[in-house]
Amino acid sequence: MKLLKLVPDNTNIRFLRWRVPFYVVSLLLMAASITLVMTRGLNMGVDFVGGQMIRVTFTQSAAAPVGPLREEVTALGFGEPIIQQFGKPNEVSIRMKLPEGSDKDAGLADAMAKRITADIKAKHADVRIDGVDSVSGKVSKELGWTAFQALGLAALAVAAYIWIRFEWQFGVGALFALVHDVTLTLGLFAITQMEFDLNIVAALLTLIGYSLNDTIVVYDRIRENLKKYRKMPLPELLDLSVNETLARTIVTSLSMLITLVALLLLGPNVIFGFTAAITLGIFVGTYSSIYMAAPILIWLKVTPKSFVPTESEIDKQERLARERG
Amino acid sequence: MLDFPRWKQAFYWSLAAIAMLAALPSIFAFAQLRWPSQLPRPEVNLGLDLAGGSHILLEANPDQVRRQRLEAMDEDVRQRLKQNAPDVRIGDISTKDGTVSFLVDDPSQLDKAREAVLPLTNGAQLTGQRDWDIQVLDGNRIVLTPTQAGIDLAVSQAMDTATEVVRKRIDALGTREPTIIRQGAQRIVVQVPGLKDPAALKALLGQTAKLEFKLVDSTASPTDLAQGIVPPGSQIVPCADAGSCGGAPTLAVRRLGGIKGDQLTNAQQTFEQQNNRPVVSITFDQAGGAKFAKLTSENVGKPFAIILDGKVISAPNINEPILGGSAQISGNFTVESANQLAISLRSGALPVDLKVVEERSVGPDLGADSIKKGMLAMLVGTTALAVFILVTYGRFGVYACAALIVNVLMILGIMAIANTTLTLPGIAGFVLTIGAAVDANVLINERIREERHRGRRVVQAVEMGYKEASRAIFDANITNVIAAALMFIFGSGPVKGFAVVLVIGIVTSVFTAVTMTRMWVANWLRRARPTEIAL
Repeated sequence: MKLLKLVPDNTNIRFLRWRVPFYVVSLLLMAASITLVMTRGLNMGVDFVGGQMIRVTFTQSAAAPVGPLREEVTALGFGEPIIQQFGKPNEVSIRMKLPEGSDKDAGLADAMAKRITADIKAKHADVRIDGVDSVSGKVSKELGWTAFQALGLAALAVAAYIWIRFEWQFGVGALFALVHDVTLTLGLFAITQMEFDLNIVAALLTLIGYSLNDTIVVYDRIRENLKKYRKMPLPELLDLSVNETLARTIVTSLSMLITLVALLLLGPNVIFGFTAAITLGIFVGTYSSIYMAAPILIWLKVTPKSFVPTESEIDKQERLARERG
Repeated sequence: MLDFPRWKQAFYWSLAAIAMLAALPSIFAFAQLRWPSQLPRPEVNLGLDLAGGSHILLEANPDQVRRQRLEAMDEDVRQRLKQNAPDVRIGDISTKDGTVSFLVDDPSQLDKAREAVLPLTNGAQLTGQRDWDIQVLDGNRIVLTPTQAGIDLAVSQAMDTATEVVRKRIDALGTREPTIIRQGAQRIVVQVPGLKDPAALKALLGQTAKLEFKLVDSTASPTDLAQGIVPPGSQIVPCADAGSCGGAPTLAVRRLGGIKGDQLTNAQQTFEQQNNRPVVSITFDQAGGAKFAKLTSENVGKPFAIILDGKVISAPNINEPILGGSAQISGNFTVESANQLAISLRSGALPVDLKVVEERSVGPDLGADSIKKGMLAMLVGTTALAVFILVTYGRFGVYACAALIVNVLMILGIMAIANTTLTLPGIAGFVLTIGAAVDANVLINERIREERHRGRRVVQAVEMGYKEASRAIFDANITNVIAAALMFIFGSGPVKGFAVVLVIGIVTSVFTAVTMTRMWVANWLRRARPTEIAL
């Protein structure tokens, strides 16, 4: 049987030749993302700003009566709702900000959710309440803070691990690649205004893990080659390492994408944003391991001496093999 | 490296077999088949987002406990002095600025007064720590300040009682397997799976159910009341709704001489005989019944107010003395709200108001839909992935796929044994783990390909492939464990569920994708002794 070979043997693409333009583009994209997040903002879910989200299905209707629904909820005097379709046209989520004065009275958010669900149930006979999330201001602040902590600590902890296992330059490179990936993903959320909630934080943590996985595979090969080819100029050595691991990079990224696309197309609507974030992260993470994590080593002046200059196991075996002829 | 003695193979297989067997009951449950009841039955719990149900976070306000203690101290000081030092005259007793303070009219009696109230300030604990600090100001004023230790203890006790009351109320609803846990200093987490009407549960938990019977002060004129002026010894209480006090917005009631509703032995929702309206019938205990009989016999013809959580729910006239120790509470009730009040009264009043600060409810239909779609996505994703791996790596792809199946079953089995919960993001974690597990095999197989390309012999290439790839696999998995551990520690609810699957998945995927496949490959190499491999 002829096996599928996506990357031919002896592929030698000079990836690093375009490192400067790619870095410029990436830095610009990062700046744009940050600007977007600052100006346009993220569409924060109730997890982080408080308020409530009610998911309802109009079981007997082809489509949800969004217009009347908006008027009815607005008439209750809690402000204007954000009504979004999720899944089928007769399934919508109704999102409300925290009512005034809820910083003093923690129970207000809940009271509002109660009023609204009761009102919708009374006015629409075929409505089915699928879910209610109501979060008070204090709890949402705590959730936001712990999420921020988890993200920050995860990034620092893995960078520290890489510093210990490799060299400080690699730690810095990995951390920069992570910041790059997370920033661009946040930028995407700012552009699309997809809802940013706790699940998305889990997605960001996952993409940190995945992007790092990729970076480590490339770094591992760089380390190996640094020991093996002491005299090779660094850019050339990086290109060699990236090319040697290219087949693995492509096959793994495709494997992940296959499962993620299945989840995206067939999976539950509730985690669509979550899956979308990870899917984007696969692309960004793969790109950043090649174009962000590797070239930074040139600028941080990694040399073969960065690793203890003793004969490695491979060197020894290869030397013995040579000597044996 | 490729040497697998028989005992090692047996060990690995039995590890995998145990974990996979433990997955069976859960698979039976997903497929809605019956698992033989005589067999042990470890099963993966479904999270509220999949099974449907409510997660409710309740929070108490410690200030309320503080205020209640001050008021109780105020009462205690008066009582104590009346009993133990009746000749000491005091005045200007107040509970301002978080302290209880009072003036002793005759400064020479100060020590006597101090002596009398001193026992009140002792802590209930054995440590001898005081609950209150006692101070004398200006030679004639005694100030009692609660100590932090005393406050903390009071809050903690109030929360313990509140948790118990919450448990009783939820049990009264007859739901299955509720989880009720105290969290931190002032919160209670309530999780109830498969609940149809979360609103009813919240209404029940939000009701403090502090019931009081007080005499109405009929001497207060409505105009004075509207301006907030009351006769001495009375207080203004708002009415629950317009009908409850005959149209007035507020009512003046006598401060003292009332009865508290904590002296009940029973409460039931019933109907009023004349008009068939829902009411709550209550039965007092002996002491409460005697007090109630006394109150009603002495005040025939006068109205008294039934006050629930600081609001008058009705103010009927006492037509005749009520001596039997039972009474009816009327009010603007529906059958549900009367039933709710009955449950709340039976379980006792909450010592402190609880507010819902977070709620996550998922209807059972949405949950079932999520499971169905999640499972379908998993099946399709895994199948597509398997096909891709098979056409890419041939025989080595078969090993990778076999490892994948063992991996999925092992994750499920370990989750069942560890009694963890599968949430919706957990399903996503599953799918992701499957994708990531394949990465280990990809790394190994690509490396073998490379080593073959460099001209190594088959056995040596396989050996090198596993050895060289293991380093990167190890580092990558450690970093993933770090990320997952942080998710578990800092994440809440669904994020935690995701992290659990991820951590278990990382461990099992290294075991299946590296160790198990190496064993299979080694067996094949020994048996077939190939000189060429298709990769």
